[in-house]
Amino acid sequence: MASAVEIKGIEKKYPGVVANHNVSLTVQKGHIHAIIGENGAGKSTLMKILYGMVRPDSGSISIDGKEVVLKSPHDSIGLGVGMVHQHFMLADNATVLENVILGSEPVSFGGVIQHTAARDKLIEIAEKYGLDIDPDQNVAELSVGERQRVEISKVLFRGAQILILDEPTAVLVPQEVDELFSNLKDLTAHGLTIIFISHKLDEVLAIADEITVMRTGTTVASVDPKSATKKQLAELMVGRELPKRREVSTQPSTKKVLEIEKASYAAPDGREILHEISLSIHSGEIVGLAGVEGNGQSELIELIMGLVKTSGGSVTILGEDIAEMTSRKIRDSGVGYIPQDRQRDALLMSAPLWENRILGHQSTQPMSNGIWINKGSAQKDSERLVKEFDVRTPSINVMAGALSGGNQQKFIVGRELSGNPHLLIAAQPTRGVDVGAQALIWNYLIEARVAGMAILLISADLDELFNLSDRLAVISGGRIVAILDPESTTSEELGLAMTGEKIA
Amino acid sequence: MKLNKVFWAIVAPLAAIVTSLLFVSGILLLKGNPPYETLKTMIDYGFTPRNIVAELNIASSYYIAGVAAAIGFKMLLFNIGIDGQYRMAVFFAAVVGGAITLPPILHVTLIIIVGAVVGGLWGSIAGYLKVKRGISEVISNIMLNVIAGGLVAFLLQPGRLGEQAEGSNNLNTPILATSGWMPTIKFLDGEIHSFLIVSVFIGIGYWVLLNKSVFGFNLRSTGMSFRAARAGGVNAPRMIFVTMALSGAIAGLTGMGTLLSETHSYSISFPAGYALTGLALALLGRNHPVGIAFAAYFWAFLDRSAGVLDLNGVPREIITIMQGTIVLSIVVAYELIKRINQKQEQRLVGSASNEQIAAPKIESEKN
Repeated sequence: MASAVEIKGIEKKYPGVVANHNVSLTVQKGHIHAIIGENGAGKSTLMKILYGMVRPDSGSISIDGKEVVLKSPHDSIGLGVGMVHQHFMLADNATVLENVILGSEPVSFGGVIQHTAARDKLIEIAEKYGLDIDPDQNVAELSVGERQRVEISKVLFRGAQILILDEPTAVLVPQEVDELFSNLKDLTAHGLTIIFISHKLDEVLAIADEITVMRTGTTVASVDPKSATKKQLAELMVGRELPKRREVSTQPSTKKVLEIEKASYAAPDGREILHEISLSIHSGEIVGLAGVEGNGQSELIELIMGLVKTSGGSVTILGEDIAEMTSRKIRDSGVGYIPQDRQRDALLMSAPLWENRILGHQSTQPMSNGIWINKGSAQKDSERLVKEFDVRTPSINVMAGALSGGNQQKFIVGRELSGNPHLLIAAQPTRGVDVGAQALIWNYLIEARVAGMAILLISADLDELFNLSDRLAVISGGRIVAILDPESTTSEELGLAMTGEKIA
Repeated sequence: MKLNKVFWAIVAPLAAIVTSLLFVSGILLLKGNPPYETLKTMIDYGFTPRNIVAELNIASSYYIAGVAAAIGFKMLLFNIGIDGQYRMAVFFAAVVGGAITLPPILHVTLIIIVGAVVGGLWGSIAGYLKVKRGISEVISNIMLNVIAGGLVAFLLQPGRLGEQAEGSNNLNTPILATSGWMPTIKFLDGEIHSFLIVSVFIGIGYWVLLNKSVFGFNLRSTGMSFRAARAGGVNAPRMIFVTMALSGAIAGLTGMGTLLSETHSYSISFPAGYALTGLALALLGRNHPVGIAFAAYFWAFLDRSAGVLDLNGVPREIITIMQGTIVLSIVVAYELIKRINQKQEQRLVGSASNEQIAAPKIESEKN
């Protein structure tokens, strides 16, 4: 039997950077084939090549045993290759059916869209592959998992036999992940082939029939998930042994650093986003805030950082009520902040690294002296960050935007830990960074905790929450719905709490 | 790295000038005028001692308008309201200065301060509207220009704040007492406004404020990324407001050299169009005080030497076309350089991280 996809010796160079080098890959028909690798390992480039968005410099691609040349996504779709992107591309105020047929509307003579025929076809697809969707529902009403199913049916509607899924689980809660996996199994049972891109090792081991590991632009190994361990995979991805996580046994102190008491926040239009949140964090303690995104986490962070004002209740940092404090003053009183969207909120992308070192610290020593910026010490301390936090950059004078995501994040973490703040707000501190950088960042956070810092960790990564937190607070619908002990809680229980269900 | 930047900063404007020269030569040829001779006449005329002095005086005003535009650009503000800010400022400075008499240095200082304050207040209207009401500063500033023009014309009528010399149709404010005059400096065949020295200090002040002070850091951060500045503790909306006001205050000084050293009163013959010139100069000079200085002199030179063209039967609009094509090509040139530099940098970063990643190798296992 011919394999579904066979890629041989793919090369793709961007000016100065080799994105793909000697990439070879064989995907069996009916398999779920996972491709894993760090950020920047060349996964996305490879998928863009396979989907016809990028043309390789050399090498060959065969689909179903026939060598093909893909000039555009149109060609790939014609050959039965479809892609489900990480970020959904759906029109919110249109129905599922409208979204599915958008761009490939079946039309009769004269250009009239054949809604009934399209609807029948969609229902048939949904039934055949066990995809639970309602063609007439508005996309705006759908959950993230449902939206993903719409994206998948969109691709199937166009006749795809080979599906590329780009980090499909990044946005899902655990229950939704299970659902997705059972959908994927159904699809392969019907002879479809799935290429699954991820860097979550647990999931890959759970679902894949075969795993290909990529590193620095090339395929380094093909692994059988039945015999591989997580540690092996991680080391293949990083190309070296992972830094060991420090085990800590220190206990949080009893000194309250952050105390939130019945704090509420109403949006400018009057909607209450946060309802009577109460939470405290002690010196030497990491409190993990778990929750499905969009349940008030961002607003809670903005509240603590003084970027928005409470509509009720109080927030106290080291005994001082922040109600009358500006964001500047809150930072200067010893609060570090790692924003969740590093490129938009944490960095001046078009400024050199050393100027980024100043950002957030511009009104205190040693980054400034009175009204003057202290360039010398900013540069010196940037050098320190680059060294201590393993930021890979040719110099501190390059624009922050030129660094890779993981290196940007290491720099930000270093910057926010500088000056030993009493409180650190760390939002998604390792989102989108590779395992190597993740391990480093985790160690820094643990070190800071041992040294007595109070840390609020907001994360969508359950591993991260379980690994680092002393306590877990669960937020749902703008309320703290549970405080859990990570030692005695399972990820299923946490997942249930996140979706607002009561724990039995 | 540093040298590289300087190199491009010089090459790009030169390339833009050459491009526009070629373009203008083409037009001249089409019109039947000899390009080389025409340009030569212009250059000869522009560099006569009398004209050099006039150009320096014009350039001094242009320079201030350019710095006002540049400080706005640093905040991503397009201060097209320089015209209105300048007009309001120079008018009220002339009115206040003409109404009182003070000891010499105090009198001049007061006039300058009135100019800056009025310009700043007028500019801050657009700043307020942008921050509080979300109105684009471009729209509000264009409106404010028209309002300023009308308001000044209204107030300049005889019997209000203006007067009309007998036998003249020129309207002006009362002549300043000599204590409110700034001396001129003898140079070549003419007299240079001593306010030129103030413009130099404005340029230096602009650079120091922006690059050395915490305020300047906050300003630039907000301009580069509103959200990042906000997360970094900067009151970003307030920075936008303040910057707009500051740009207006500088714009308010644009006409001071003419007022204090030349006309000693505001009149309807004060030039218009400083906004577009200022914005063009800030672009051409890349918001850098030295770059803007060169650009301002070059612009003044073009304006002045255009005077000889009519005498030779060449339409002087050629110069406007030239200025336009220069601005257009410089924008393209800078964008190209930016991309080249970005690529270069990414390459550097790429090789730096590849080396470090590639160093420790472990055997890959093939199952």
